[in-house]
Amino acid sequence: MLSRVRQLDKALVISVAALALFGLATLYSAGQTDVPTFVATIWHRQLVWLGLSLIVAGLTFRTSPRMLEWATPFVYGIALFLLVLTLFIGTGAGTAAGSKSWLAIGGHRFGQPAELAKLAVILMLSRHLAAMREPPATLRDLIIPGLIAGIPCLLVLKQPDLGSAIVFLAILFFMLFWAGTKPSLLLLAASPVIGLTLAFSTVAWGVWIATLAVLLLWWRPYVWESIMIMAANVMGGVLAIPFWNRLAPYQQNRLLAFLNPDVDPRAAGWHVIQSKVAVGSGGLLGKGFTEGTQKRLAFLPAQHTDFIFSIVGEELGFVGVLVGLALFAWMLFSLLRVARKATDPFSSLCVFGIAGLYFTHIVENVGMTINLMPITGIPLPFFSYGGSFLLVCSLGVGIALRVAWESRQSGYAELGQ
Amino acid sequence: MNAFHPYLLDRRLGVARTAVWIVLGILVMSFFRTQILGHGKYQLQSETNRLRPIPLPAPRGVIYDRNGHVMAENVPGYTVSLLPGPEANLRSTLARIASIANIDSAVMERVLQRARRAPYQPALVLGDAPFNVVSALEERRVAIPGLLIQAEPKRSYPDSAVAQLVGYVAEVTEAERTSKFAKVRLGGLVGKDGLELQYDSALRGDEGLRFVEVNARGQMVREAAAAANLNPVPGTDLHTTIDLDLQQYIARMFPPGQRGAVMALNPNTGEVLALYSAPTFNPNAFVSGISPAYWRTLSESPTRPLLDRSIKTRYPPGSTWKLAIAAMALKRGIVGPRSHMPIPCRGGLQYGNRFFRCWNAHGHGDLTLTEAIAQSCDVYFYQLGIKLGVTSLLEDANEWGFRGRTGIDLPGEIPSEFPTGPEYYDRLYGPRRWTSAVALNLAIGQGENAQTLIQMVRLYQQLASDGRMRTPFVVRASTEATRASLDLTADQLATLRRAMIAVVEQGTARGSRLANLTIAGKTGTAQNPHGLDHGWFIGFAPADKPEIVIGAIIEFARHGTAVAPLVSRAIAHYLGIDERTAAQLQVTVPNDSAPAPFRIPLVPDTIRPVIPDTTRPSIRIDSAISRPPTR
Repeated sequence: MLSRVRQLDKALVISVAALALFGLATLYSAGQTDVPTFVATIWHRQLVWLGLSLIVAGLTFRTSPRMLEWATPFVYGIALFLLVLTLFIGTGAGTAAGSKSWLAIGGHRFGQPAELAKLAVILMLSRHLAAMREPPATLRDLIIPGLIAGIPCLLVLKQPDLGSAIVFLAILFFMLFWAGTKPSLLLLAASPVIGLTLAFSTVAWGVWIATLAVLLLWWRPYVWESIMIMAANVMGGVLAIPFWNRLAPYQQNRLLAFLNPDVDPRAAGWHVIQSKVAVGSGGLLGKGFTEGTQKRLAFLPAQHTDFIFSIVGEELGFVGVLVGLALFAWMLFSLLRVARKATDPFSSLCVFGIAGLYFTHIVENVGMTINLMPITGIPLPFFSYGGSFLLVCSLGVGIALRVAWESRQSGYAELGQ
Repeated sequence: MNAFHPYLLDRRLGVARTAVWIVLGILVMSFFRTQILGHGKYQLQSETNRLRPIPLPAPRGVIYDRNGHVMAENVPGYTVSLLPGPEANLRSTLARIASIANIDSAVMERVLQRARRAPYQPALVLGDAPFNVVSALEERRVAIPGLLIQAEPKRSYPDSAVAQLVGYVAEVTEAERTSKFAKVRLGGLVGKDGLELQYDSALRGDEGLRFVEVNARGQMVREAAAAANLNPVPGTDLHTTIDLDLQQYIARMFPPGQRGAVMALNPNTGEVLALYSAPTFNPNAFVSGISPAYWRTLSESPTRPLLDRSIKTRYPPGSTWKLAIAAMALKRGIVGPRSHMPIPCRGGLQYGNRFFRCWNAHGHGDLTLTEAIAQSCDVYFYQLGIKLGVTSLLEDANEWGFRGRTGIDLPGEIPSEFPTGPEYYDRLYGPRRWTSAVALNLAIGQGENAQTLIQMVRLYQQLASDGRMRTPFVVRASTEATRASLDLTADQLATLRRAMIAVVEQGTARGSRLANLTIAGKTGTAQNPHGLDHGWFIGFAPADKPEIVIGAIIEFARHGTAVAPLVSRAIAHYLGIDERTAAQLQVTVPNDSAPAPFRIPLVPDTIRPVIPDTTRPSIRIDSAISRPPTR
C-alpha cells in the first residue's frame, strides 16, 4: 500500500492536496459573516465530501485505463439518461434555484448530472478519437465528436445552464486539438461560435465574415465544406437575435452586465460590482483571513459557490490570488505532463480532456470575479461548495494518477519525476 | 505519421503550455490592475458605498363585485422595521422602542426570529403602525439605529360578509416558499384563502426595490441619492361576478348566531352572485400579523368561522335530493307527471322485515309525482327508488357529477361523496349481503350520500335552465367545457318546475310564498347524527324564466321550511320586488324528513332468507310494483 503511494505522481498529488486545503479554508471563511447563515457550517459538509472524494479517487486509481475504455459507453449512456431525467423531474436549488439542474427523488437532492456528463463526454471523446487511424482532417470527421459533445450540451442548455453548456464546447475544442486536428480545421469548426458572438456588432461581424472568406480561399478545404462553414457563420449572424430573445432574462442581464456593469448597477450589475469591490479592496496583502467586510456584511453574493475566489482576493490580497493561481497552474502543468507521457492515445486524451475541464472552470470562475468573463455560475474546482463537482474532480484526478502510474510501470516515464 | 508520435505530442504540448501561460498571465495582470492599481478606489467603495436593497411592496389588485363595489382594497399604512445587525444590537434597540411602539416580549421574540430567518432584510416590527407611534419613533430616530419607517399599501377588507369568499392575505410561510410561492421573498404577503389565494399571481404584482446606504455596522446612513428606485408594479384588479348588495342582504337576513351557507347563481351562465358562509370573521386581522388570541378564537371555535361552508362542507342532501330522483325517473321514462305509486302513503312502507316511515305519520294518501314532490312524500319516493333500481340510480348520479367537485374557481373545494356503483355496497357489506333497501334510503337523500351546497345548487341550476350543466365561477369560467346535461325534454323540465312551484305555493315551503312572485324550490332536512337536523332550501325565480337560483343550508335548523323564507326574501330582493310580505311570514310546518334509520342496519341472517338476491326480490312490495327496467 505504502509503496503504491510512493509511486504516485508527487507533483499532481501535492498540488491537488494543497488546493483542496486552500479551498476548505476559504469555504470556512465564507461562513464567517456578521449575521450567521447556513453557510457558517457548510465546511463540515464539504469535509465529508472531501473524505468521499478521497475514496472515489482511490477507487478510480485502481481502475485500469482498459477497463475504463470498456466502461465508457455505459458511463456516457447513464449520463445522457440522467440528463434527460433531469429535464423532467429536475429541481432548482441553492444559487441555481431558477433552473432545473438538480436530480431529486422524493425531495432528496442527489446531484447535478451535468457535472457527471462533462466527465462522460471526455471519456467518450477519448474513446472515439483514440480509435481513429488519422487525426480528423475534414468536417465530416468532426460530425461524430460534435454529436458526442453536442447532445449533452443541448440537454444542459435546456435546463437552462448556459455555463455548463459552454464547458462542453470547450472540452470538444481542447480534445480535438490534442487528437492532432489541424489548427485551420479547428478554427473553421469554431468559426460559427465566433460569428454568433460577433453578431451583436454589425461591423465586427462584417469584418469577421470577410476574414473568414479570405482564410477559406487560402486554406482551400473542400468546396462543400467552405459553403457549409460560410452558411453556418451567416446563420449564426442571422439567428443571433432570435437566440438572444430566447435566453432567460437573467441570462441576458448577466451578459449585458458583463459588457458594462455600470449600466444597471442595482440589479444585474450588482454581483459583478460587489465582487470587484471585494477583490479590489483586498489590495496586496488582503484584509486578513475571515476578515473581509464585503463578505461579512453579505455584499458578496453566493460567496460559497460562484464567488468564492472573491474571498481569496479580499482577505488574502494579491498574494493570496497569486498563490491560488500558482497552485492551479502547477496542477494543470502536471496534468499536461501526464498526458504527454501517457502510454496510449486513450489515456493521453482522457488526461488532456480533464486538464481542459479544469482549465475552463478555473478561467471562467476566476475571471468572472473581476468581470473578465460573464457570470455563468460554474464552480471553481476544489474551492466551491458542492458534492457533485468535487466528486467529478476527484474522479479526474484518480484517472490522471493511474495514467501516470501506468506510464512509469512501463518505463515510459522515469520514476521520481 | 501517427498523431500521437512523441514529436507531434511535444509540439502540441508546447502550444498548450503557452496557451495556459498566456491565459493565466492575463488573469494575473487583471488581478494586479484591480487589486494593486485600483486598490484605492475599491477600498473607498467598500468602506463607504454600501447599498442595501429594501423591498418596496407592490399594491395588490383591488377585488370588485359585478357593479364595481369594492370587496378588497388597499389603504395607506405604515410599517416599522429594523435594518439587520448583530442580534444583541437588535435586542437592545427593540427594548428601547418597546415603550413607544407598545410591543411586548412575545412580539420582540417574533421580530428576532424574523431577523434570523432573513438575515439581510429589514426585520418587520410593526406591520401596521398607528400615526402617533410613527411620529413618536420619528422624533427619536437618532437614538434608534437602523430604524426604517415605510409608507406601504395595506390590504383592507371593508365587508366581512365576503370573508370566506375573498379570503385574506398573510405573511408567506417557509413551507409555502418551497412549493407554490417560490418567488416571494421572506416576509412577503400572499393570499391564503379564497380569491386572494386563487388569483394570487395576478393580484400580487411585482415588488420594487429601494436602496439605502448603511455604515459598517449595517445601520442606515441615508437614502442612496444616486440610486434610482425600482418602482413596484401594482397587481391586476379582479372583477368578480358577485353582487355585493345581495351578499350583504343575505348576511343581514341570515339568522344571527346560526351556522350555514347561502349560494346564489345565475342559472343561465353559471355566474356566482353570492357565496355566503356563516359565521364569518374579520379578515383584516390577518393582514399585519394576526394576534395569537384572535387566532385561537378562530381556530378553536366549534363554529369554525374560517371554513367556507358552501364548498368545504358536505351535508346529506335530504329531500332536496328528491328532485334528482324525479329527474332520473322522468329521463328513463319510468314515471310521468301524473303517475301514481302502487301503495298509497299511510305513514310508512313495509319493505322486507323493516318498516320505512314517512315524515308525516298520518300519511299523504295516493299522490301523483307533482303532489309527491310538493308534499315531499317519502313513501312515494321509496317506491320510485325501487322502480329506478340501485344500479340505474348510482349510474345517473355518477354521470351527473354527484361524486366529485364542480370545479368552481375557488381553492379547497371538497368533492361530494356518492357510491361509485353497486360494487361499493359489495365492499361495504360483502357481495350479496345487501338488498335494494339501500335504494329506499338513497331515494330520499339519506344513506351514503353527502353533497356540498354548491353541488346541490348546480343541480337546481340545471333544473332552472335548459338542463345543461354550467360550472359555477366567480371570476373566470372553467376552461374545460362541460357538456354534461340532465338530458330532460322541455316538457319534463316544466313538470319538475311545476312541482317545485307547488312546493312553495301549497307544499312544505308555503310559508315563504310571495304574492307577486312565483318561486320554485324544494325544502330538505338532512339528518344529523350530531344533533338537530340541518335544514335545506334551494329555489329559483321567476319560475317561468328563472334568473336566479339560491340555495341555503342552515345547520341544526331542524328542517328546510325555516330556511325557505331566507331564500325567498333574497330572491325577491335580487329581483327588486317588495320583500316585506315575505319577511312577515313565519310559518312552521312539520319536519319533512323521514325518521328512517340513517344507515340500513343489516342483520344478514334475518334478511337473507327473505331477500336472497337483489335481482330476484321476493318480498311483498314486489308483487305490487313492477320490476325496474334493467338496462
